Amino acid sequence: MTYPVIEVNHISKKFCRSLRRSLWYGVVDMGNEMIGKNKNHLVLRKDEFWAVKDISFKVEPGETVGLIGHNGAGKTSLFRMLGGLIKPDSGQIEVRGRVQALISLGAGFNPVLTGRENIYINASLMGFSKKEINQRFDEIVSFSGLSEFLDMPVQSYSSGMVVRLGFSVAAFLEPDVLLVDEVLSVGDLAFRTKCQIRIQELRNKGVAIIIVSHNLHTISHLCPRTLTLEKGKVIFDGDTESAIDVYRSSLLKTYDQFKDSIRGGTGEITIKKLEILNDHDENQEIFTVGEKVKIRFHYHANQMVVDPVFNVVIHILNSHQVTGLRTDVDGFSTGNLEGDGYIDLDITNFNLLPNAYTFDAVIFHSDGYTFYDRKNNAIHLIVKGGNDINGIAYLPHRWEVHNL
Amino acid sequence: MKNQSIEIIATYNAETSLRKPQKLIATIFKDLIGAKDLAWRLFLRDISAQYRQSFLGIFWAFFPPIITSLIFIFLQTRNVISIADTMVPYPVYVLIGTTLWQIFSDSLNAPLKTTINAKPYLVKIYFPRESLILASFFGVLFNVIIKMLIITGVLIFFKVQIYVGILLAPFAILVLILLGIFIGTLITPLGMLYSDVSTSLPIVIQLLFFATPVVYSFPDKFPFSLLNLINPVSPVLIAARNLLTIGHIENIVHLLVVTLLTLIGVFLSLIIFRISLPIIIEKLGT
Repeated sequence: MTYPVIEVNHISKKFCRSLRRSLWYGVVDMGNEMIGKNKNHLVLRKDEFWAVKDISFKVEPGETVGLIGHNGAGKTSLFRMLGGLIKPDSGQIEVRGRVQALISLGAGFNPVLTGRENIYINASLMGFSKKEINQRFDEIVSFSGLSEFLDMPVQSYSSGMVVRLGFSVAAFLEPDVLLVDEVLSVGDLAFRTKCQIRIQELRNKGVAIIIVSHNLHTISHLCPRTLTLEKGKVIFDGDTESAIDVYRSSLLKTYDQFKDSIRGGTGEITIKKLEILNDHDENQEIFTVGEKVKIRFHYHANQMVVDPVFNVVIHILNSHQVTGLRTDVDGFSTGNLEGDGYIDLDITNFNLLPNAYTFDAVIFHSDGYTFYDRKNNAIHLIVKGGNDINGIAYLPHRWEVHNL
Repeated sequence: MKNQSIEIIATYNAETSLRKPQKLIATIFKDLIGAKDLAWRLFLRDISAQYRQSFLGIFWAFFPPIITSLIFIFLQTRNVISIADTMVPYPVYVLIGTTLWQIFSDSLNAPLKTTINAKPYLVKIYFPRESLILASFFGVLFNVIIKMLIITGVLIFFKVQIYVGILLAPFAILVLILLGIFIGTLITPLGMLYSDVSTSLPIVIQLLFFATPVVYSFPDKFPFSLLNLINPVSPVLIAARNLLTIGHIENIVHLLVVTLLTLIGVFLSLIIFRISLPIIIEKLGT
């Protein structure tokens, strides 16, 4: 019979928006704690909100669990409670084993001291004795690849080197539970790969791992199971693919709230709306990789405008830009426009991999700089499919074998 | 697969740990012992960083008490201030007094200073929090050893007669340190939240300096006697100085009471420190 290494039962945590009030509540809470009075945990005081609300889950030994959610969904607060840094306001967490948080890379590093000295300090903070550190010292150094800088003060390291040293120390400690927060995205590609390999090794040794990341590829690669958080609640707990879908719709929901807040321009011609149409000119939201996508750009011109430039920018949801398509770059002249109308942009093969994509619409003056109007996140579409393919774009391709 | 331990290592819930005092005390003792190595490591880090980045190094441990003493010796010889009779030559009285005072004020400042400096990793990583207090205690001890050189120098230079009682002086100095650590630890939780505490601390220490017989002795009559009675630093400082110079103490009961209260106080302040840290960390953010 195995027992879960982590059992989280209905935990909640509140936070305060105002710093001044938050500090004062801190004094009140300390006072209550001192006289042994349990504070009234379930009541929100002025300016307080639930950062984590009624979360329950279990993690078995050797399991790798992803944790995703919009900024402020409560991921960090949950992590800090799992690490024992802060106490839940209600509910209970039971931990069977040593928890190691990889949120604290380079904790306690003193810039004046050398890398060697700092390895000892950092590892001591993580609870290791001098003997244990001596045993692992060479491994740590060779993993970090910093042996020639070992006797230099850490303040002369680049920030990437500091993180590498920090990760190397943390990676060679063997906890029962490892909490990983966004650290897999640091360093160069080679180092990132090393980190991922190390995480696989730990997992194979039966270490339970909980990973927070905004990089959904990392999550889908490493975690068979994922929890999606929204406003402090778990809105999904299950297979990673579905968790990511739930996360995307949660993100789109929050994005849509701010749809009209980023507008502006000289206004002679304005964007009425963007439509996304399928092959049969019908509105459609969900596509598969490589389908035909038509973007219909509706405008309204108050007066005659001369040769405006239409621009559609495609973003991966909550992340970087994929591409921007412009009439002037394509050498396409829109002519003189007045009144209402629309411009169609045909994308023959929408070769982007499964993800959610948002579209910004911009209309520029013919100079290509000043804008008449712009609308961020004017519309979005979702490309459906498995998350087993890494990357952004699908390149049409085929394989061949030639036996010689 | 790792060996699965069935034992629950940690439970986090909203309940205050004071509800189970025996358990709390047991864990504090356990953690203090566990914190020893880490505290030593932190102490070594702070000391080596401090001296590596300083040109004059340990000169700064000698400088402040000597300067303060010279000022008062100057004022006294010019009769700017009149000072009641001291049992030993005035320069000895002042030099030893200010050195002892410096030890006390170092101890008072150390816990808050160490904890504030630890803030960047305190909010990110769990380690036995007591190690910070222990590290600050080690730091103070290190400075005391250096300051002992001043005291020895003064005793030799002024050819002060040495008595057997001097062997007890380290205990009095230890109480002085613990008294400072106790008060320092007590104010640390509040000092972490509000900068007012660390801002006002030098002023309070300055006031306390004049309310303690460091550079002058108080007359035995009211209201000065009251000041000596309520100021917990006075009996300890007087005892330490007397043991160093005249080899015996006159205020033994007063000293024992303060010593007992100090020991209880150190322990209570550690409990307060421990239970308030999660709340502080929550308020400090990352």
